[in-house]
Amino acid sequence: MGSFKIGGIVLSSAFKRPSTRLYPTVPRKWQDNTRGHVEIDPEQCILCGICSKKCPADALTVDKAARTWTIDRMSCVQCRSCVESCPKQCLVMKNEYTSPNVKKVIDTVNIPEKVKKEE
Amino acid sequence: MGKRTIVPFGPQHPALPEPIHLDLELEDEKVIRAVPSIGYVHRGLEKLVEQNDYQIMCYVMERVCGICSFGHSWGYAAAVEGLMDIEVPERAEHLRTIFHELSRIHSHLLWLGLLADAMGFESLFMHCWRLRESILDIFEKSTGGRVILSFTKIGGQFKDIPKESLAEIVIILENMRKELLVVTNVFLDDTSVKNRMCGVGKLSKEDIMKLGAIGPTARGSGVNNDARCLDLGKYKELGFKPILETDGDCYARCKVRVREIFQSIDIIIKDVENIPEGPVNIPVKGMPPMGDFIARIEQPRGEAFYYVKGNGTKYLDRARVRTPTNANIPILVKVLQGCYLNDVTMMVMTIDPCISCTER
Amino acid sequence: MTRSHEVQEITEISYSDLLVKAKELAEGGYRAVQICATSKDGKTEMLYSFDKDFKMINYRVNVPSEMRVSSITGFFWSAFIFENEVHDLFGIEFTDLVLDYKGNFFKLSSKTPWKTEAKKEVQ
Ligand code: SF4
Ligand code: SF4
Repeated sequence: MGSFKIGGIVLSSAFKRPSTRLYPTVPRKWQDNTRGHVEIDPEQCILCGICSKKCPADALTVDKAARTWTIDRMSCVQCRSCVESCPKQCLVMKNEYTSPNVKKVIDTVNIPEKVKKEE
Repeated sequence: MGKRTIVPFGPQHPALPEPIHLDLELEDEKVIRAVPSIGYVHRGLEKLVEQNDYQIMCYVMERVCGICSFGHSWGYAAAVEGLMDIEVPERAEHLRTIFHELSRIHSHLLWLGLLADAMGFESLFMHCWRLRESILDIFEKSTGGRVILSFTKIGGQFKDIPKESLAEIVIILENMRKELLVVTNVFLDDTSVKNRMCGVGKLSKEDIMKLGAIGPTARGSGVNNDARCLDLGKYKELGFKPILETDGDCYARCKVRVREIFQSIDIIIKDVENIPEGPVNIPVKGMPPMGDFIARIEQPRGEAFYYVKGNGTKYLDRARVRTPTNANIPILVKVLQGCYLNDVTMMVMTIDPCISCTER
Repeated sequence: MTRSHEVQEITEISYSDLLVKAKELAEGGYRAVQICATSKDGKTEMLYSFDKDFKMINYRVNVPSEMRVSSITGFFWSAFIFENEVHDLFGIEFTDLVLDYKGNFFKLSSKTPWKTEAKKEVQ
């Protein structure tokens, strides 16, 4: 009959290093693949608006007139749908999470005017 | 004949992982009747099919449940692939099988932890979750998400998992197996755990059949309706045999899940040996045609049902998920009748309810 | 390569046959897998699925608007959960529901949110 089967584990873990990290003193290690937050390369963007149409969370707004690209960081669900669909590949998924905040973080990026090459 | 009292149980209760509400009609300590009600976390994800096209819907479907998220995206993708008559490449199907089994391991470990927690066995709970963490690390390393993988798309997988990573997964699992043996032994052999579960919440085979229970709950009573016996995935080729127990009590349901963890490890290792080289996705062109399609897969909690109805445009008319817990609530009501109040937590736990899935 | 999908077997039956079929299946030892409603332009289509030993039988029933559907809970008690769901989300009324929550199964902010209105005839 087995009583106190857990004794072995309890004893051995008394001598082992803890398997948790002392967060936030020891920072979290990000994997290369981690989907953390979306970043844009403003030089490349052509303001086509495909990313905002493909976003399931409606986190992106592309304003053609004002030449801005806006992301609501707290609505974004890190699905990569926008990254996959951008025709200019100007969106990338970086691997740090947006840090917790008491306010909604909304980032607006100005898209510079493209200089037309002289023919 | 004692006095009848109605005790509300949930939606906020220390033993409950999710918000289900039960009105327990008690006579002294005995439960006479239990009336469940849900709806606290209804999000209406199925309705989003009208705003998101069929490919993006895959991301939405994945978020039906945090634990079996991979399975939901697979089930939905399989239904749409069936509707559009797409043949998924071999390697993608193998990868799906591997990741689905990984999520089964992590789901069952989560459940074992919660069960230990419901019994008040805190250290066991922590050890289960410590082991589960290594599966989540595998997920993050290979797909980028710890819980929501965003790995499946219509027509295959987003990216390939290289051979080395697959070999690494096998090594992690082999190492885990030793520790798992020790931890799960506590569930199966410890006297205090056994006292709490043996003979509690007995479900007969007839009840299961009549009330249509599924998943480990049904298999604990010896009823096989494991959807892995169907054609989806590579289970047939891997010689899959469902795990059945006959006692039908809480202990049997726990045992089914413990044995399934080891079975899943075996399936993954065998699959990694057999996985062919090749592409992992095929380009998908066109729109889902008129018509409808059904797909079923076995989630950690039981069989899940996916139904899609296309109308020739890129928006589907309907996408439905019937999640496992949805079919298991009737049996929960049944099993609670005539039990004692202090066993209610045990029984609710061993059904493994996932209410957020149930309401979608 | 073999197709990895299940054989799709969806039979369209008339509304009056539903209970007859349900009785047959209940006696044959089937279990109720799910009931799904689809609402389009005010018309509702119900899909009933039953399963026995991995063989699934589906019945499609077209429900005209304002029609009350007879409940199959007499034969499949466990279907109460699906029927209450359909009732709460799509506003289909069921007769003889064994366990009727009267619209309180889901706690919703608006009544029957998934019901669609009939399309106006446009010339
Ligand atoms: S899809 Fe790419 S190019 Fe188009 S607006 Fe978005 S970021 Fe810019
Ligand atoms: S990652 Fe997904 S949710 Fe976030 S902005 Fe891109 S498409 Fe939207």
